[in-house]
Amino acid sequence: MQHPRRQFLKSSGGLLATLVASGFLRPEEAMAGDWNKAAFEAKKMDDLLKVLGGAGAKPSSEISIIASDIAENGAVVPIQIISKHDNTQNIAYVIEKNPNLLAANFTIAEGTLADIDTRVKMAQTSDVYALVKANGKFYYASKEIKITLGGCGG
Amino acid sequence: MKIRAKLDGDLVQVKVLMAHIMETGLRKNQQGDLIPAHYIQQITATHKDKVVLSAQWGPAISANPFISFKFKGGARGDRVKIAWVDNKGDTRTDETVIA
Repeated sequence: MQHPRRQFLKSSGGLLATLVASGFLRPEEAMAGDWNKAAFEAKKMDDLLKVLGGAGAKPSSEISIIASDIAENGAVVPIQIISKHDNTQNIAYVIEKNPNLLAANFTIAEGTLADIDTRVKMAQTSDVYALVKANGKFYYASKEIKITLGGCGG
Repeated sequence: MKIRAKLDGDLVQVKVLMAHIMETGLRKNQQGDLIPAHYIQQITATHKDKVVLSAQWGPAISANPFISFKFKGGARGDRVKIAWVDNKGDTRTDETVIA
């Protein structure tokens, strides 16, 4: 059986490499082509896990999510994720009730601590998942963060 | 972009603040039209040509993104470079020296 789509992907990958080699595209632009569109468009946890390859993710007490229980401003919610799993390769920020679940996926190089702090947007009160890939296996922890409206400090 | 890299023991603590609108593409303007998405999709942090951290982002990262991370193997005077690419193909690279 023929797989035209695969063939197209294969040939377009080759084209991309050629364009980079010829200097037609800068490496940064080529890199943007690797952005995981399917993962960032996932609207259900099962779909996201499938795309990321983490369908068998296990709950873990080795992962900490450090954030306030209540955030006054859903536009800026500081969240720190720390993984104590050896050889942590990826840390993903997943917000269950956002229009698209995946907020960010960090790739941790060897020698870099599995300890990331950033700020995300939350549409409403939601569980936040830290999805960690370590030694090729997936683990997660979660924490509910409440979003108060009006900014009166709830 | 504001970057601070500070040596603390054997760790370099890096803090980055990027200027970017991070528009989700889901909001409407006063006329009711969708405001087109405009957000950073990829960031790369390098120390002496070695990538120490990279990330893919969606529009749910807050406007004017902030990140903080720590890596080993840096020394005072080394350069740390941060680069981003957004969904429109705009890119920016800045660097700092570890203090």
